[in-house]
Amino acid sequence: MRITNTGTQTDRLIGGSAEVATHFEVHEMRMDGNVMKMRALDKGLEIKPGQTIELKPGGYHVMFIGLKSPLKTGERVKGQLEFERAGKVEVEFKIEDRGSTGAHHSHTGH
Amino acid sequence: MNALRLIRLVTWGAVALLTIGIGIMILQPGPVTVSGVASVGGPFRLASHDGGIVDSESLKGRPFAVFFGFTNCPDVCPTSMLEITNDLKAVGTAAAKFPVFFVTVDPERDTAALLKEYISSFDARIIGLIPKDEQELHAVTKAYRAIYRKVPTPSGYTMDHTASMYLMDGKGQFFGTLDSRETEKSRQEKLRRLIAKG
Repeated sequence: MRITNTGTQTDRLIGGSAEVATHFEVHEMRMDGNVMKMRALDKGLEIKPGQTIELKPGGYHVMFIGLKSPLKTGERVKGQLEFERAGKVEVEFKIEDRGSTGAHHSHTGH
Repeated sequence: MNALRLIRLVTWGAVALLTIGIGIMILQPGPVTVSGVASVGGPFRLASHDGGIVDSESLKGRPFAVFFGFTNCPDVCPTSMLEITNDLKAVGTAAAKFPVFFVTVDPERDTAALLKEYISSFDARIIGLIPKDEQELHAVTKAYRAIYRKVPTPSGYTMDHTASMYLMDGKGQFFGTLDSRETEKSRQEKLRRLIAKG
């Protein structure tokens, strides 16, 4: 998932929702030696004006927690991304196989 | 903001940092003492995702692999499972009876049913193992020198954990590790060598 800040001020992805999950968190995953560490980003994920950030395996990601039903490949899930400045933005998440590297695109501006 | 208030804030900030620092120090696992030959691995007897028990004694003569993870792991666990699925396929019939154990470091949430469902997405040679309590989990991770740590998140917790896959030979001796950062070729070559060695 790629998010571009088309505005003139820094924004932060601070949360969101997905209709299939009870909770939604913005995380960072990183490797410390051979230890995997995942952290919720308390202050959200900063996106500078003009910057595009990519959420993908091995780095920043959003996590659906408390799934109400199993996710099926190919389905689309409605949800929102919540930004500090831009507020809530309606998005659709496309469910892909674990092995695929495709990215869902969404944009935010002010 | 007046100076006094600023000083107070800075002081409290320092206290908070110190508290976090002490917390981290307490949570750090103790130093690992190494005497003689480095040993990784050891006997285990754990419940499996299909309701059985896996005793490492029964693995004598057969090489195997061990990975520590948890089903709520968004990234490195499914990636590693996908990689070993592909690697086993690439190695072919030589790996027909090569078991891969996925030991959950989150037995609190990972029930046998959940682990079974999770593993069904991957190769049938992958077997989920569930330590029955903290003691069993501690013992098996200590034997493998693997690290795990519970970390709170806004809606629950996540687990830090060692993400390498351990390769063990037919004598139960440490052979090496597989890592996502290696090339496919390198991983598959190690698997072939391990299986040939027995």
